[in-house]
Amino acid sequence: MSANFQDRDLVLPGDVLFDGRIRTGENTYRSQEKVYATRLGLVNYSPDNVSVTALSTGYVPLVGDVVIGEVVDMDLGEWRIDIGAQDQAVMGIPDAVDRPFRTDYVMTRVLDIGDTLIAKIVDFDRRRTPVLSILGPGLGKVYDGFIVHITPSKIPRLIGKKGSMINMIIKETGCRVAIGQNGRVLISGPNREREAMVVKVINKIELEAHTSGLTNRTQEFLRKLKEISK
Amino acid sequence: MSKKPIAKKTTARKPAGRPRKPKVDSWKRADGRAFDELRTLKIESGVLPNADGSAYIEMGRNKILAGVFGPREMHPKHNAKPNEAVLRCRYHMAPFSVDPRRSPAPSRRDQEISMVMRSALEPAVFLERYPRASIDVYIEVLEADGGTRCASINAAAVALVDAGIPMRDLVAACAVGKIEDKLILDLGDYEDKKGQSDMPVAYMPKLGKVTLLQMDGEMTPEEAESALNLAIEGCKKVYEVQREALKKKYGIDQPQDKPQDLPPAEPEEEPKKEEES
Repeated sequence: MSANFQDRDLVLPGDVLFDGRIRTGENTYRSQEKVYATRLGLVNYSPDNVSVTALSTGYVPLVGDVVIGEVVDMDLGEWRIDIGAQDQAVMGIPDAVDRPFRTDYVMTRVLDIGDTLIAKIVDFDRRRTPVLSILGPGLGKVYDGFIVHITPSKIPRLIGKKGSMINMIIKETGCRVAIGQNGRVLISGPNREREAMVVKVINKIELEAHTSGLTNRTQEFLRKLKEISK
Repeated sequence: MSKKPIAKKTTARKPAGRPRKPKVDSWKRADGRAFDELRTLKIESGVLPNADGSAYIEMGRNKILAGVFGPREMHPKHNAKPNEAVLRCRYHMAPFSVDPRRSPAPSRRDQEISMVMRSALEPAVFLERYPRASIDVYIEVLEADGGTRCASINAAAVALVDAGIPMRDLVAACAVGKIEDKLILDLGDYEDKKGQSDMPVAYMPKLGKVTLLQMDGEMTPEEAESALNLAIEGCKKVYEVQREALKKKYGIDQPQDKPQDLPPAEPEEEPKKEEES
């Protein structure tokens, strides 16, 4: 019964995190009374649990997530949307339009192939494709801005505690920033310099997501950037 | 004008000035390595921005790129398995990777190595966590110098971890062979062609399991056994380099104060290089 690493150490797949009986958390597996890591990440020990915070992951959809996707295909009565997950997501007409369905409906007036949208996952289990909806505040087709990709596991860092990080970035730069849980960040701002600032900050957060005191350092970093641009 | 007489002089002097024959007991290989010495090994992870995970390896004069995509939807869909993901490997040698240049079309040998790599990596990946998906590993050999299948497996394992695919352990690979009736580790191109035997081994170091074992040529059962042990020792050395490569991308553990400049990672890397070259 012993922990083999310090809390928040960098571990790799196959590293033995714990000898003995303990509950296994995220990104770990148990084999013959030993707990191993399955992903590259930072190990977290708590009294009854061992888990690894992964530093690089793919996106696994979850009901309730807000994601940013692109329409890649259309079928009769549904759009197929790439959200960066294992499977393409689908969205039917009732999830896109809050009006009674009519047979002469023109789907491309709502969304066409190549359009970007902010949507919410309303249904998903591991056997089926994710189902999206754009009915709700802040959801729908995107008309301007551009997209930056980061690892989905670092999205919580970008948002911060109760949105502290992202609100700070929005306040300091004056840009509109929409975060998709699938690792896509939509940015649109008053001018090019401000948008470039947000991109720089996001890249910095991605690089240093595993360090502590990040929000304060990011704020300093942003202020420096602003001074330079003045 | 003056060159000719000098040339004559040297040829005339040759018998006297000849280097001594190497002693029999301090037997060294064609490239001067000890029998259990690896070639210089350098691995870098996350080199391809458009791949989900990637790695670049230099093992001796081998130069190999590995890219990993997925888990993603399987196309064509009828190849997908309902209960687990499918690992697909594509090993390819660039036309300019060997002398003389080769055809870029996939050869019989490419197909074999693709298959062998797949079965070497499969036991390490949690395929059952991604039903109906495919995980694609693309290997491009830019320069070949013997033992490309082992080097490719090493790069692919690092790229898989970089892609964030859950794994039981890393896979490290290393060849062992026989030349002049002596066992040697990590064969180069010359030893590969002139040697009596060649045995590539892939190994999961933390779990202690062999995932690939092939053999060419002849060995006695006793030789084969000690060869396997030698190869496993080699794989463990390779594993350490793989670890360093993956840690390096994240600036080794915690850079608390100034994480933006990464030099603290370098001094730890330098002595390692000297040790192996």
